[in-house]
Amino acid sequence: MNREEIKAAALEELTNVAPDLADETIPHDADLRESFDLDSMDLLNWVAALHRRLGVDIPELDYPRLRSLDEAADYLLVKLGEGH
Amino acid sequence: MSASVYRMPSLGADMEAGTLIEWVKQPGEHIAKGDVIAVVETQKGAIEVEVFHDSVLGRLLVQPGETVPVGTPMAELEIEGGPEETLATGEAAALTQLAAPAPPAIEPGPAAETVSAPTDTRPAAVSRPRASPAARRLADRLGVALADLKGSGPDGAVLLADVEAAVRHATPVPSPPPPPRPTAARRGLDFAAMREAIAAAMARSKREIPHYYLSHAIDLTSASDWLNAQNAEQPPDRRILLGVLFIKAAAVTLHQFPELNGFDRDGRFDPGNGVHVGCAIAIRGGGLVAPAIHDADQLDLHTLMARLRDLVARARAGSLRASELADPTVTVSSLGERGADGLFGIIYPPQVAIIGFGTPSQRPWVLDDRVVVRTIVTATLAADHRHSDGHRGALFLAQVGQRLQEPKTL
Repeated sequence: MNREEIKAAALEELTNVAPDLADETIPHDADLRESFDLDSMDLLNWVAALHRRLGVDIPELDYPRLRSLDEAADYLLVKLGEGH
Repeated sequence: MSASVYRMPSLGADMEAGTLIEWVKQPGEHIAKGDVIAVVETQKGAIEVEVFHDSVLGRLLVQPGETVPVGTPMAELEIEGGPEETLATGEAAALTQLAAPAPPAIEPGPAAETVSAPTDTRPAAVSRPRASPAARRLADRLGVALADLKGSGPDGAVLLADVEAAVRHATPVPSPPPPPRPTAARRGLDFAAMREAIAAAMARSKREIPHYYLSHAIDLTSASDWLNAQNAEQPPDRRILLGVLFIKAAAVTLHQFPELNGFDRDGRFDPGNGVHVGCAIAIRGGGLVAPAIHDADQLDLHTLMARLRDLVARARAGSLRASELADPTVTVSSLGERGADGLFGIIYPPQVAIIGFGTPSQRPWVLDDRVVVRTIVTATLAADHRHSDGHRGALFLAQVGQRLQEPKTL
């Protein structure tokens, strides 16, 4: 997967766990917690979904690296690279 | 077998009426205790309502789309077994509500129409046409302007049937379809109605309940260290949020403080039958609901976490169950990771206490005569002074703090 594909997958999983955001336009650099009111339950559900979909391990200490879709894509790209 | 009726249940002190969306069961069908019998629309979304006895569904007295006040007979039931069974909470609440002088509800009855229609001079119809939530939702979905419809409800309120009739008789509309507004319709949540419901319940609480407030700083370092270590070894699906520890610590401690767990019934205290913790859940875009996790004191942390996850998802989708709204014996509200230090809650009537947890943060703290940096959370209690005193409330908060020092035992 390239970065754009990862980002698309991340966005899709985000709107799966928070369906009420499905109609929102989410800028890729927006802070998801600050701008879209993601709470710790949303974040955990998103991490779980990314874990299932991409097979990457995301420890709690790394949650801050999922601040925006851009940053999440960067982080997940590195993580996926480590697996190969 | 004994004849009975199924009534519009009360799903909280703020509910006056509900709109039947659909019957899930049909006349003649056997229904087991706890089965969902119908879906009812309220200010808190489309709620699945359950029956409290094994029974057979008889004649239906209310049709889909009708809005009826709490306590209105909706269907005949043949109850299997004796009539002496005790009423379950929701049903009892419905009956209590009935006995109390009910405020005027949106009732499409002939009496209400003749009395209120000619005298209504309220300007509300200008800015926001009166309509039942179901009608509003259908109109939204179909792009029908409520203001253009003639309502057959009280005060000319537009009912679901009016919208349906308008659509049936509609000739092709010359105007282009309005921009889609899928959010509210898809989610089954009417934000304006929810706001009104919260306003009514909170105003009643502040008017009637003599609150007292207590605040207590708790060292959370052991609990958060323990939880971080646990979560580090678990896949995301098995990780637990700190808020779950708060719910469990409060629920278990309530055993020793029964006067904080239950209901005010006309000034008398009615202890809760079990610890059913209402968990305050914020709805993005505004509003909140506090549905129950039943017997929260009996559940291990993983089960509690699974229940909370499910509850949050369904609360935000607008699909809770009646028992979850009617049964909470106490409320726990956590601000989460982004918020203020502490919150001073307003009791949700007829409950008698609400427990708050602020946002944990790093603070200077004195430990063994030295100032150290610890993770601190401010726990608060707002309780009904008619049923408990600050002394007991303070002991309660201190004990919750003690519990959180030994997270392994939760």
